[in-house]
Amino acid sequence: MNVIEVEDLCVRYGTATALDGVSLSVGKGELVALVGANGAGKTTLLNALSGVLRRAAGRVGIQGRFAHVPEGRQLFPDLTVDDNLRLGAYRAPDRDTAWIYRVLPELERTRKQHAGNLSGGQQQMVALGRGLMARPDVMAIDEMSLGLAPLVAGSLITVLAELNRERGLAVLLVEQSARLAFRLCSRAYVLEAGRVAASGTTRELAESAVLKDVYLGGADQAPA
Amino acid sequence: MSAFLSYLLHGIATGCGFALLASGLIIIYRVTRVVNLAQGTFAVVAAFTATTALGSGLPHGLAELVAVLVAALLGVLAGVVAVTKPGTRPQASLIATLGLAIFGYAIEILLWGDQPRSFNGLAGFFELGSVEFPKQYALVVGVTLVMFGLLDAFFEWTYVGKALSACASNPYAARLVGINVVRMALCGFALGGALGGVAGVLLTPLSPVSYDSDVSLFVNGFAAAILAGLKRPLYALGGGIALGVSEALVAGYSKASYQSAFALVLTVVIVVVQGARERSPRMAEE
Repeated sequence: MNVIEVEDLCVRYGTATALDGVSLSVGKGELVALVGANGAGKTTLLNALSGVLRRAAGRVGIQGRFAHVPEGRQLFPDLTVDDNLRLGAYRAPDRDTAWIYRVLPELERTRKQHAGNLSGGQQQMVALGRGLMARPDVMAIDEMSLGLAPLVAGSLITVLAELNRERGLAVLLVEQSARLAFRLCSRAYVLEAGRVAASGTTRELAESAVLKDVYLGGADQAPA
Repeated sequence: MSAFLSYLLHGIATGCGFALLASGLIIIYRVTRVVNLAQGTFAVVAAFTATTALGSGLPHGLAELVAVLVAALLGVLAGVVAVTKPGTRPQASLIATLGLAIFGYAIEILLWGDQPRSFNGLAGFFELGSVEFPKQYALVVGVTLVMFGLLDAFFEWTYVGKALSACASNPYAARLVGINVVRMALCGFALGGALGGVAGVLLTPLSPVSYDSDVSLFVNGFAAAILAGLKRPLYALGGGIALGVSEALVAGYSKASYQSAFALVLTVVIVVVQGARERSPRMAEE
């Protein structure tokens, strides 16, 4: 069973087409990466999944609870970490944040601090925790590693892997860093100029020339 | 000295009314980015409703409560007109609230006529040294403090209050976590309407209200909101009292007709200074 099913999705900004006939799926408990260069339409796709953007054509189906961790953290900076987390459960019945501090123990000592005063890594943890508070079956995470030290990004990947193993959380991970996304995910889609340029297992795609073309226009270098 | 004390007390009482109007303006602005030009209308309609309710035999307290509820409902209606259409820009919403304020004149004249109306507030006087001041002043200050206490509790301790703060802080993220931003905007307008209504029923016994009193009420409320930096509703209490006292001193030692001009000049000065402050770091970077 798929928790996310997208068929022939088109999204337009005025006359400009941002997504053109995109189809993808994420199975229950599956870890899927969506990679592509800047402006490929990755964030647009997630905003269409969340309903923030209207689709011009196509179908979006989501089974179960869905959470979207947006690009740039998008916290509520004037509210405390605990308030940020509790607001993540706006549509969920349980607003107890204790389990988030068990999953992300580094946040425990910041719970009374304003989210705007935290470091980038801590803010990303709050964003992740806020998404988890919705008790999602599938979570779409946009550019999680952006601006983070590799060690911090790596630890967040570990947290996601544990959540997947222990709770069966499915993830659609949008990343510019294909290498990082492929560490977590078993399957991936490569987006280029609003279209799916390639899809398959991450092992196949890592060896594929398509990925190099999409990132580097055919240059003979692997993506970072 | 007694004259100064008298002006001071009057200024504090009227300043509390301005603070209530300002806090409503700030809540609506923070949640919707719209400066609600109909904020004074809420106060006027509440004042008129209270006169009608009292005239029809409702006791004090209940009549004022009904008037405040009517103002809150009017706030919701203003919100529906101003912000519920998808894609409405704040500038368009601002013009919509101006239209509502002007439309309000027609309704008010139709229902209550064009003459100033008032009703008796709390009777009697307190003595402070050699100065006597109406008990209504104490009522205004007391109710205002209670209202600000409730506002603080609402934003600090309730989930809806946090959700409103979230919408003010980051509407995109609020939407992503499932908050209905439009519903929250209407909630902000309802709060703004109620706070304007409370200001109206408290200030009317001190000074009769006519259909066009909304202009001076808005100007003073807006000046107090600007003094408070349009940031937190609670800051409006300081802004309102500072403005009320300043105006009372200007009126006492100069001319009463300079009051509104003072509020306008103060608003312009603060806006210009704040604008210059915000621009200067950018210019330095360039």
